[in-house]
Amino acid sequence: MERRDFIKKTGKALALAAITGGTGFAFHNFDTAHYSVPAVKKTSFSIAPDSSFPQIALAENVDHAAALNRALDALGGIKRFVKPGERVTIKPNVGWDRAPSQAADTNPVLVGEMVRLCFAAGASSVIVSDISCNDPRRCFLRSGIREAAERAGANVILPTDEDFITIDLKGEILTAWPVLKYFVDTDRLINMPIVKQHSLSSCTIAMKNLYGILGGPRNRLHQSIDQSIVDLAVFCPPTLTVVDATRVLMRGGPQGGSLNDVAIQNSVICATDQVAADARASEFLGLKPENVGHIALAAKSGLGQIDYRAAGYKELLS
Amino acid sequence: MTVKTAVNLRRISQLLFFLVFFWLILKTNFEVNFTPENVSNIQLPYPVSIALEFSPLTAMGTFLANGTVFKGLLWSLVILIPTIFLGKFFCGWVCPLGTLNHWLSEFRSERLSRRGLKKIESNRYKSYQKIKYYLFFILIGAALMGVLQIGLFDPLSFLARSIGTVVLPMLHHTADSINSFFKSFGFPPLSSLSQSVYDTIAPAILTFRKAHFHTIITIGTFFLAVLVMNRIYTRFWCRGICPLGAMLGLFSRYAIFGLEKNAATCDNCMKCAAHCQGADGPEVTEKWRQSECVLCLNCLDSCPNNSLTFKFFPELAGAPQKPSSTQKIDITRRKTIASVAGGLALFPLFRSSDGFNVNPDPSVIRPPGAVPEDDFLARCIRCGQCMRVCPNNALHPTLFEAGLEGMWSPIMIPRIGYCEPTCTLCGEVCPTGAILQLTQKEKAGDENTPPNRVGTAFIDRSRCLPWAMARPCIVCEEWCPTSPKTIYLREETVYDSNGNPVEVKQPYINPDLCTGCGACEYACPVIDKPAVYVTSIGESRSKENQIILQRQGIG
Repeated sequence: MERRDFIKKTGKALALAAITGGTGFAFHNFDTAHYSVPAVKKTSFSIAPDSSFPQIALAENVDHAAALNRALDALGGIKRFVKPGERVTIKPNVGWDRAPSQAADTNPVLVGEMVRLCFAAGASSVIVSDISCNDPRRCFLRSGIREAAERAGANVILPTDEDFITIDLKGEILTAWPVLKYFVDTDRLINMPIVKQHSLSSCTIAMKNLYGILGGPRNRLHQSIDQSIVDLAVFCPPTLTVVDATRVLMRGGPQGGSLNDVAIQNSVICATDQVAADARASEFLGLKPENVGHIALAAKSGLGQIDYRAAGYKELLS
Repeated sequence: MTVKTAVNLRRISQLLFFLVFFWLILKTNFEVNFTPENVSNIQLPYPVSIALEFSPLTAMGTFLANGTVFKGLLWSLVILIPTIFLGKFFCGWVCPLGTLNHWLSEFRSERLSRRGLKKIESNRYKSYQKIKYYLFFILIGAALMGVLQIGLFDPLSFLARSIGTVVLPMLHHTADSINSFFKSFGFPPLSSLSQSVYDTIAPAILTFRKAHFHTIITIGTFFLAVLVMNRIYTRFWCRGICPLGAMLGLFSRYAIFGLEKNAATCDNCMKCAAHCQGADGPEVTEKWRQSECVLCLNCLDSCPNNSLTFKFFPELAGAPQKPSSTQKIDITRRKTIASVAGGLALFPLFRSSDGFNVNPDPSVIRPPGAVPEDDFLARCIRCGQCMRVCPNNALHPTLFEAGLEGMWSPIMIPRIGYCEPTCTLCGEVCPTGAILQLTQKEKAGDENTPPNRVGTAFIDRSRCLPWAMARPCIVCEEWCPTSPKTIYLREETVYDSNGNPVEVKQPYINPDLCTGCGACEYACPVIDKPAVYVTSIGESRSKENQIILQRQGIG
């Protein structure tokens, strides 16, 4: 073999060996685990208490939009909650493929009226979204919420995988968890639950409705339902809670189906105290709020007042 | 009209029918933009399965198997009757699978070995081309006994199934991967560009929910094999396998339209043979085979001397040495009878195996509105339209769950998707009536109407959290859509590992109410092997596959 050949061949072999070995070492991973969570954003949307207004008001009227307006006016009106130019996200309950009469989803009349009020107060944008259990297209369609909200000018968003961000919720149960970004990246959050019976948590009203901002394996949360509800309520207290008690689902919740399970109450509760809202609304289901695990736990954690009368409860009957 | 114009018309026709076919499958999809006015009965805006109804093979096969020509299948006469007079224009001008095969066969490549003399040789009639006739007779024999296998080979079913359950889901996966690849650099302009391109194409091409289908590797492999074979033999599928092509070949036996050859002007350049799609012998030295010709007109187009013409009542004995009279179809009576007999024998072969009436697989949960199993197997052509349209990705092709006989027929796999109580789309798209179209009321039931049931749910107490692990759960009860709920709860005190009492609610199934929708199985947090699961027993369509003696309440 020629010397030149020897050098050439050996050189090439050495170069290939260096590249192979170098690649291995360059990408050698010494980590045992990866765990990173993005920085926590501002998630409390609650506004400063104002002693001149009650923290909770209930209005009853067969005209549901009028009931909403009366209850809201008792709390100081929409202008107290939405300032010109602000972005608002509304979280109705659109969990199930049911019609409004079946009382499984929030009354579309109330959602439409709320969107209208937000724009009237000068909101720059209003998003209406929820993470449905059934096919979201059907849920938003059959519930009438898509139509009502879009007619009022809102941007109705059916979530896709791209819409989630993982956030450390800093709760006892809820730590790093995927959250629908529209409920975090906004200026004002308005929670619009409906009052329904629930076999595990007794009732699903305001705080439980916040489950709908979560992606991920939500079905595991039932194993610690009270604490996870409270974790969420601590994580993102809304600006305003509007409880739809126009139709109340007394049995077969949270999905219902039969009109026999629906009680007509024609009532709307507006509250800045979500615990008080839950406490008052749970009475529609014949419950004592002290006996409802998550409401009692939330009160104990200092989230709000379980004795809603102490929160300056105001009742406006038609 | 010049020959060039005619050939270009044929190309346009092929492209157009292919695009329409593809578009219809894209539209076999529950889209968001429905007006709220007809919420109570959500339906598709187009008759998306209409293309499948034009197959004479589907019409004939289902007719022989179940005795009726279902609804839109009468459209197939639009193909069949003109074929009797004109020949196999469908294969060369209309069939989207034929078009795909045509494109892939002619796609130019330096490495393609079919050139020059080799190309002429490869376009000579080969004896493998008669396989399709015998396959057709086997399928007809089977269909006569109610064993419908034509859907496996019908080109329209074949292509609809391949595109709907394989190609489009693959496209979705690919698009997602490309998008996340560009986003993985974390460079905002690139990420937003990628996302905006994605958002632009997604509504037109991709489904709302990314589909994952059971066992489609088998469907995909079959499809890939058919496509690849084009590179070895021009239109291998069309020439050798396609039973619809065979059927149309048989029906064109008395065609009055055909090829006339003028031997006097022919100089034997063989260009016609080099471009022949059907391997039907257009050259003067061969007998022309009407039953193989797909009327592509390439022979006319390539002939430098205008020695060939297609006309009504052609002079078939034009050439002096070897008359160019139409060849009889290259099949023998004995083998034809043997094929039909073989097809007939499939019936006792399949039905004396277990799995049909005896020891049926519990996972064969048929779509809502499906007819009883023997009728179902006599109707289902495995086109996959029900699977494609299901908004919840609940319906999947079987492999052997429904026996070899039911391969690629639809079953529900609730772990992947459950049956939405208000949805009736699968019955709407079924072209053969294997799944009947239910009304809202027939599907979900009301005070006086029983709901359509596809099975019954069972609790696996060894895996259920409140039963086995002393933890609260009841997600299944929450998701149960019947009213009152099928899943009912009983409070029970159980003991955890430290011996402490824990109050839990344990789920039970009320078999009177269960519709087998599978929402419970879908939602169960024990995700690998759910603690509540559905099997087919209790299904509305079967008298035998029942548990309870008499249902309480409605139906």
